[in-house]
Amino acid sequence: MTEQELRDVLIGALTQVAPEIDPAQIDPAADLAEQLDIDSMDFLNVIVAVHERTGIEIPERDYGKLATLDDAVAYLASAQ
Amino acid sequence: MPSLGADMEFGTLLEWRVEPGDVVKRGDIVAVVDTSKAEIEVEVFEDGVIEELLVPAGTARVPVGTVLATLRGAATAAGAPAAAPPVPPSPAVQPTPVVSPPAVAAGVPSSPAAQPTPVVSPPAAPSEHRLHVSPVARRVAEQLGVDLATVAGSGPDGAITKADVERAAAAGGPPAPVPETASGQPTAAEPTMAPPPPTGHAAPGTPPAPAPPAPTAEAAERQAAMRQAIGALMARSKREIPHYYLQTQIDMSRAMAWLAEANVKRSVSERLLSSALLLRAVARAVAQTPAMNGFWVDGAFRAGDGVHLGVAVSLRGGGLIAPAIHDADGKSVDELMAALRDLVARARSGRLRGSEMSDPTITVTNLGEQGVDLVHGVIYAPQVALVGFGGIRERPWAADGMVGSRPSVYATLAADHRASDGHAGSRFLALIERQLQRPEEL
Repeated sequence: MTEQELRDVLIGALTQVAPEIDPAQIDPAADLAEQLDIDSMDFLNVIVAVHERTGIEIPERDYGKLATLDDAVAYLASAQ
Repeated sequence: MPSLGADMEFGTLLEWRVEPGDVVKRGDIVAVVDTSKAEIEVEVFEDGVIEELLVPAGTARVPVGTVLATLRGAATAAGAPAAAPPVPPSPAVQPTPVVSPPAVAAGVPSSPAAQPTPVVSPPAAPSEHRLHVSPVARRVAEQLGVDLATVAGSGPDGAITKADVERAAAAGGPPAPVPETASGQPTAAEPTMAPPPPTGHAAPGTPPAPAPPAPTAEAAERQAAMRQAIGALMARSKREIPHYYLQTQIDMSRAMAWLAEANVKRSVSERLLSSALLLRAVARAVAQTPAMNGFWVDGAFRAGDGVHLGVAVSLRGGGLIAPAIHDADGKSVDELMAALRDLVARARSGRLRGSEMSDPTITVTNLGEQGVDLVHGVIYAPQVALVGFGGIRERPWAADGMVGSRPSVYATLAADHRASDGHAGSRFLALIERQLQRPEEL
């Protein structure tokens, strides 16, 4: 998948747990949990949705590497 | 109109999932109701055939207790499919919300004049099929000359409480039997309220079409309605319930180590959150402490009919809702995790079941995510206890003459002093603590 496709997958997963967010308003360099008010259950659901769409299994110890949208795209790009 | 939560007085009937003539089975989704907190899928509690829909889809502010539709019992329906049983003139005249089914199902199958049974019982537990009235409420009703059949019960399982009777007396009678029309209500224009498609009802479990984003004005109105509902319940709780509060700090090092190890072996979709462990510990402790599990109704404690853990879920955009995980004490950590995931997802997308809203026996709130250390909760009346958890964090921990650092969590209990004392409360918290020291047994 291209970085753009991975970004779309992530945004799709995020809007699934937080339907009211406007993807255009996401600051790609800011902490996702903070700016979108996402808790651990939401985050787990994002991880599960990303896995379903990309097949990438993100181990729990790597959760910290997906703190921002840019970080998450970079992580997925290197993990696939 | 079932009571979908202790703070609900009215509901908007968003849509019917059935039409007259449809055969329904107990547990089928028959309608969707908006409580101002969420859209709730309302289940039917008896088998039968939908006879008449008395309240049109789109009707706003339908009082709790209003008969929404009538249902013919299965036997009658089979015996006289073409006959039109008499329609109750109005819910006020044929008001008993939960008519005992035997008269219809086993009684006079050949008679076309069998009484239709209202479809939607107020918050009756699925196993209950009779009108719950406490002795006190019955006595007050006699004194005030209130016909109990016209009173909407707001207690657990739809029980009619003394307060309900007094409210009915003050209101001068039953809720308006003819529901007001939706004209002028801003929500009436919402597309989800379109009548059901002519092809019939959606199968239970069919995912509903996502509702389009609400316009801002409507969102603000929903927010205001939700704040009002939460405010009314919490004010009542603070006014009526003599809360006492206990707290204890729990060493979570074993539990967190167990969790990390368990999750390494699991695929993403099977991973556990610490919340699941906490819920499991609470469920087991509740099962051993009946005094925390139930309701305070009309001056007496009534034990819950199982451990139905209400889980406080914050809603996106504000507000909260506390639906139940049923029979939580019989569920494993994995089952609780699955139930929690499902419940949170549906609570936030606004698709909960009526039974989940009406019968939690104790509530758990977990505010650790936002960074607080502990929460002194407000009990969800008429429940008698609320367990709160703050964040699980590394904190100084003294043990064996040494001060070290361990992950820990503050567990708190807010309990109703009418139903229990601090001694029972501290035993209860100690039980939760003990469970979390042996995560492998959870």
